[in-house]
Formats: sequence, C-alpha cells, structure tokens
Amino acid sequence: MSLVFHNLTVGYDRHPAVHHLCGTLKDNSLTAIIGPNGGGKSTLLKAMMGLLKPLSGHIQKTGPCQVAYLPQVTEIDRSFPVSVFDTVLLGFWPLCGLWGSITKHQRHEALQALEAVGMESFAGRPISALSSGQFQRVLFARLMVQNADVFLLDEPFAAIDSRTTVDLMQILINWHQQGKTVVAVVHDLPQVKALFPEVLLLARECIAWGPTPTVMTEDNLRKADGLARQWHDHGEVCAA
Amino acid sequence: MSLYTTLIAPFAEYGFMSKALLGCILLSLSSAPLGVLLMLRQMSLMGDAMAHAVLPGVAVGFLLGGASLPLMSLGGFVAGVMIAVLVGLATRSTTLKEDANLAAFYLMALSLGVLLISLKGNTVDLMHLLFGSVLAVDDASLRLMAGVSSLTLITFALFYRALLTEAFDPVFVRSVCKGAGAFHLLFLVLVVVNLVASFQALGTLMAVGLMMLPAVAARFWAQGFAPMTMIAAGIGVTASIGGLLISYYINVPSGPTIILSAGVIYLLSLLFGRFGSVRARYFPFKHLNQ
Repeated sequence: MSLVFHNLTVGYDRHPAVHHLCGTLKDNSLTAIIGPNGGGKSTLLKAMMGLLKPLSGHIQKTGPCQVAYLPQVTEIDRSFPVSVFDTVLLGFWPLCGLWGSITKHQRHEALQALEAVGMESFAGRPISALSSGQFQRVLFARLMVQNADVFLLDEPFAAIDSRTTVDLMQILINWHQQGKTVVAVVHDLPQVKALFPEVLLLARECIAWGPTPTVMTEDNLRKADGLARQWHDHGEVCAA
Repeated sequence: MSLYTTLIAPFAEYGFMSKALLGCILLSLSSAPLGVLLMLRQMSLMGDAMAHAVLPGVAVGFLLGGASLPLMSLGGFVAGVMIAVLVGLATRSTTLKEDANLAAFYLMALSLGVLLISLKGNTVDLMHLLFGSVLAVDDASLRLMAGVSSLTLITFALFYRALLTEAFDPVFVRSVCKGAGAFHLLFLVLVVVNLVASFQALGTLMAVGLMMLPAVAARFWAQGFAPMTMIAAGIGVTASIGGLLISYYINVPSGPTIILSAGVIYLLSLLFGRFGSVRARYFPFKHLNQ
C-alpha cells in the first residue's frame, strides 16, 4: 500500500501550512520529515490521518491499510484515571473492536511491549504518575501492539532521554525491516542522517524529498531556513 | 427515639418519602458514570448548560398539555438532543470550541424557555420547572426514572470501552475506528435523557447537582474510573437519604437539601480525601523509597 499526494494543500483559515505537495510515500519506506517550525510537518500527518480536510488537492490511498498515529504528547490529558497497562491494551482496538475481550496472549504481548520500552515495572500505575517522557514510551508500547501497516509519528523523541531514544529508534528500524511504512517528524538532524534512508524536507513547500544524502544538502537546508524567515500574515490569493 | 424511628420510619410510613427516595436512588445510580465522565472531559459545567437547554422543550410540552409529565419529558428530550446535535455540528464545522458553542446555544434555549412559559404560566410554574418537587414524585415519573436509569446503565455497559476511550484519547479513537463522533453524541444523549428524567424530582437545575457533586467528590477517593463511578453512586445515594431525612425533620424543601448534602460530602472530600485533597497536599503520608 502507498500514499500518493496530488497537489495537496492543507492549512488553517486560507493560510496554507502544506503548499502544493506532490509525491508518493512508498510502501515499506522509513522516512523522516524535517523542516522549520511552522513548516507543515504535523499538519501533513493530520491530513494523512484524515483529521484535517485539505484546502485543495487530495491524498490517494492504494490498498487497505491500518494506520497507527502518534500525536504530539500535549494533546492528551494525563490526569485521566487510567493505568499504564490499560493504555497499552487500547492498542488492540483494531483487533477487538468495541466488544471483543482481550486474550491472555494479548496481555502477554502488551507486557512485552512495555518491557521493550523499559516501562514494565509501571504497568499497574496510573498514567498521572508518569513524566512526559515516560508517557511517550507508554504510547510507543501501544503503537507496538497496534500491528499497523503504516506508522505516522509526530515528534516521537521530543521529550525523551538519549538512551531511550536509541531504544525507540531501534523499534522504528525493526518495523521498517518487517516491511512496514514508517514516517516520523524528527528535529535531530545527525540522527536523521545516520538512521533514516529517506527524508522529506518541508517548509510549507516541499523543498526536497528522496534519499537522505540528496535531500540533506547545505543548499536545501539553507533554502528551507530562508523560506521560514519570509513567512508573514499577508498572503495574496495563490495563483497555482 | 430509636434508630428505626429516626432513620427508617419516615420512609416506611409515608409513601411520598419512599417514592422520593426510590427516585433519587435510581437517578444517583445512572447519573454517577455520566457525571464522572463529564468531569474527566473537563465538561463539568456542561451538564448545567444542558439542563438549561431542555427548558424550551419542557415549556412547549407545558403549553400544550399543562403539567403533563409525558409531554414535558418528551419536549425536554427533543430540545436537549437538538441542542446537543446543533452544538456538535457547529463545533465540527467551525473553529469555535465546544464549550463556546454550547454557551451560545444554551443561553438562547434558556431565554426561549422562559419566554414560552411566561406566555401561559406564572412564576410559580417556572419555579416548579426549574427547581422541581421531589416529594411529588408519583408512580408515572418513578416508572420513567426506572426506565431511564436502566437504559442508561445498560447502554453504558455496552459502550463502556468506546465512551471511556473517546473521553481519554479522542484522536486515537478516530484513528482506529470509523464513526467515532457517534460515541460523543451517544454520551450527550444519555446526559440529556437523565436530566429530563430527573427534572420533575429535582428540577432542571438541581438535576445537575445529583450528577456532578457526587462525581467531583468521588475524584478525591479513587484513581480508576470504575471505583470512582461506584463511589460517586454511593455518595449520591447517601446524599439522597440524608437530604430527605433532614428536609423531613426540619421542614425545608427536599431538592436543595439533597444537593446541599452532596455538597457537604464534596467539601469533606476536598479537605480529607485520599487523592489530591487539601490533606494530601499539606499533610501527605510518608513517602516511599521509590
């Protein structure tokens, strides 16, 4: 399954955050989305999830697929009375639906996922007892049990210490090796260079998209930075 | 004066007292999970707004059939669901947040309701609709309450996973399940049905009290949703019994007394509760070694 963007523009109140994006997210790719703040990275993920309606253009999905999505942490209320383990079990929703029960095997799988992110000793604690980095790890465990074909991760390593980042990055690489499609918004450029085979450099417009060495050139990064400095409030109606 | 004559006899000897008690217990049971969920969604004031929103429908029922319970209940239900749907539509199709849209719609509904009642009734009728009279609960309204209470609890049990998860992480539910918006609407409909069922006993305004006060008090005693809900139901029942007895002995209106009893339990929980209370903050238990 692949995702194809046809001249996609997504934004807020006429102002585009993603402007005329064309291209294909290939099956079984491991892609980092990089770019300046306000460059449309989160917006693009939300549009891919169908949480935002495009201003123009569209996204074509070929083939049926399960998409798992990790939003930025700030959107969840962590004082909600739910345990760490139950949070992970939610990941089985696509399998269990509204009424199905959780099997013993699934409980075991959830515990393994918590172990993989180093949170197994917190299984019975309420999520209010966690730091934001620890909570992010729990959400990662939920993603792991979701068994999706496509993973969309919005700044998955934002609040996470370097040791855990290495562990979680290994999980991303495992998914990639299992044939899944993984897209992550990342700000750590050396990490992108070292570990992501493909990069989409987004500064509202797509600056470059392709194999990491061809995208992450000095020229491209400078161009993205230059565009970000020019953004202002008074756009004309777009002619394109 | 024995314990029996003090605590049991008023309910055993007077039909209006036992009916009032039964009605309040039914409402406490079904309102508890709804109140807890409203609180967790940070929509504690939303119940209050919905209680106002049912008023124009109740008023239309009142204009058509006088103080007829079926007509007023039906009117209230239709008006409440209409407002819930309109608020939902306005929120989905505009950038305004749900609470802002709700504020706008309920204020219009409340004004319309007051206007409609003044066409035919007088201020006494209005007071009755707004504040109810729990001691006038009859068999017909008891049946309505029993039906609504059962329906609410069964629906809640069936959609427990959906309702809870939608409150916790709506983005996640939307990512794994089509038609996730329907769960939120279902929840709002349950809230409206419960408010309508309790408006005769407690009035449209006090109905919210039995929904929210036990819920917010229970937050101080539990960390999981299920225990929180059970504690809330228990607090609701306790406040109902206590409030009815107090109002019986010192001869004051029952509805407000029940709500004030729940309020006292809330204040005690706020001060001495197990989790997040004033006590927990200033006099914490000894800390653990990890």
